[in-house]
Amino acid sequence: MFSYTTKRLFSLIPVLLGMTLVVFFIIRAIPGNPAQVILGQRATKEAIEALTEQLGLNKAWYIQYFNYLKDLAHLDLGTSLRTKAEISQEIFPYLAATFELTFVAMFIAIVVGVNAGIISAWFSKSWFDYVAMLLALVGISLPIFWLGLMEQWTFSIQLGWLPTTGRENVRNPVEAITNLYLLDTLLRGRMDQFIDVVKHIILPSFALATIPMAILARMTRSTVLEVMNADYIRTARAKGLKMFVVVYKHALKNAFIPILTVIGLQIGLLLGGAILTETIFGWPGVGRYLYDAIAYRDYPVIQSGVLIIAFFFVMINLIVDLLYGFIDPRIKYTE
Amino acid sequence: MNCDNVLEIKRLNISFMTDKKKINAINNVAFKIKKGEILGLVGESGSGKSITSLSILGLLPSPPAVIEESEILFHDLDLIQASEQQMQKIRGNRISMIFQEPMTSLNPLYTVGNQLLESVQKHQSLSKSEANDICIHTLKSVGLARAEAIMNEYPHQLSGGMRQRVMIAMAMVCQPEILIADEPTTALDVTIQSQILKLMKELNEKTGTSVLFITHDLGVVAEICHRVIVMYGGRIVEEGSVLDVFKNPQHPYTRGLLKSVPDIRNKQDKLYAIPGSVPKPGSIQKGCYFAPRCEFAKDICFENEPEFVQLTEDGHRSRCFLNENVGGATKNDK
Repeated sequence: MFSYTTKRLFSLIPVLLGMTLVVFFIIRAIPGNPAQVILGQRATKEAIEALTEQLGLNKAWYIQYFNYLKDLAHLDLGTSLRTKAEISQEIFPYLAATFELTFVAMFIAIVVGVNAGIISAWFSKSWFDYVAMLLALVGISLPIFWLGLMEQWTFSIQLGWLPTTGRENVRNPVEAITNLYLLDTLLRGRMDQFIDVVKHIILPSFALATIPMAILARMTRSTVLEVMNADYIRTARAKGLKMFVVVYKHALKNAFIPILTVIGLQIGLLLGGAILTETIFGWPGVGRYLYDAIAYRDYPVIQSGVLIIAFFFVMINLIVDLLYGFIDPRIKYTE
Repeated sequence: MNCDNVLEIKRLNISFMTDKKKINAINNVAFKIKKGEILGLVGESGSGKSITSLSILGLLPSPPAVIEESEILFHDLDLIQASEQQMQKIRGNRISMIFQEPMTSLNPLYTVGNQLLESVQKHQSLSKSEANDICIHTLKSVGLARAEAIMNEYPHQLSGGMRQRVMIAMAMVCQPEILIADEPTTALDVTIQSQILKLMKELNEKTGTSVLFITHDLGVVAEICHRVIVMYGGRIVEEGSVLDVFKNPQHPYTRGLLKSVPDIRNKQDKLYAIPGSVPKPGSIQKGCYFAPRCEFAKDICFENEPEFVQLTEDGHRSRCFLNENVGGATKNDK
């Protein structure tokens, strides 16, 4: 197990290296020049050339790429062209905001989606099954920006229950410790702020949860339905177990590997920053951070940001692979 | 109800709903299981053996199965009318069941111990260590010497024969009154098969548990059963003690089955087979179900369905118009 994990971790290096190369070229293929963007429309040609040279962007591509890798090897993610701040420092609050939103959204998606799927399979062809699967179909099909706007219109504007945008009450700002505000407010014992933060996260997390929830509900239903025909389910029933135990203990665990795969992929996707949701709800996450960086042609931020997201994505996949072994004793990770 | 009988199927009628119509699968089946006996239920695939056994425990998926005008008496309780909660108290506790496929009948993701303990703790209020002791004792009683180690093993770490022993242990752990064994040896190789049969016979003698043994293998019936019921097309065609039925089969179908068992002393180029195949449920509207495949069939066989006639004092019964003729012919054959 340990040696398998180490081997998998080493195999991530070529993946991430390939990733840096692809991103490096793609962003340089985008029309536009960082120096031009920084200096503005009216900058003289000389000024742009001077700044280009100063930023090191006039060197041959392989020298630029090599320098970038050299910095990465020293765990230096570089500095932003725009703000001149260290990226490793600057990106952190954005990442934390995205983590928090992803965590809450996936929690909702898993609790609601998986349970809806199980109950639909258990009582298949019942009205619950039909309604749940119809809602799941709607959930997959709804454009997220429309759903977000409708949420805001209903719960913020019409009902006035929840704030439209942002992460916290700006008049009563949270003092960050980990930048995960739900945690920070609890650590500081500020219940008033905690409630504020909860209110702010409800709408974006529900908007973000819709698609994974719908996918999980449909996925869970079909895998549980398949498992329910297995011989060991009949054995479990023949033992006199309650249907609840048969379904939630015997069927769900056997159906869980494909469900876990989907959960892993969805977390990976959400961690990349949900740019639409973050934009609509003014959520200061990594998606918006990168979007701004692209607009400013802030090459180092784009490179390092994408690299960090890719890193989390592959790590989550690794964790999911390792969890398979915990669920199914027949899956053994040996050499 | 006679106190010698642990289970009495007074009548059983099961149909399956398809898109268009209702197809009858079990027609007026009735039999008793006596205390401490091993009752064989024999028939070709599709004769309704498994459906009958599943219906006793209420495990038939419904829909599509529809059980009508039926009564299965377990002591004084009608299992057809019993609530799901009542059935849960009976399943695995007073009536338990083992299945054909030991490879897939155990949950692959839980240890043997977990699955055994689940049964014990569901039906008996015991401390964890007491329950554990019972499980280990039961595993040893089914011939698994490494019981303590097996408790912590997963099904995939065991062989087919060992898994079937685990299944038997799981069925016997609450000392049921009836054990329904649905083709428990079919998927096993011959040497393991005889070990499992021996084990079941031993358990039956030691614990007095009645066994309903479902099989298509007449050799197995001869080896362990006391009485046998032959089913064809969802009906019982013959019933009697193993000795009577094997020595003096009354129904042409039973005779065909017995003739189909290859005999090593009698080398044949071609093995005997009953001509034709089991009719599709619902395909025969009137007359004897077996008539189209029967070499003795007369006109009346295609018109009316024969009654189930008692032939001897000790309960040898058969459903055939030719009973006397066929019986005579058999005696001459032997």
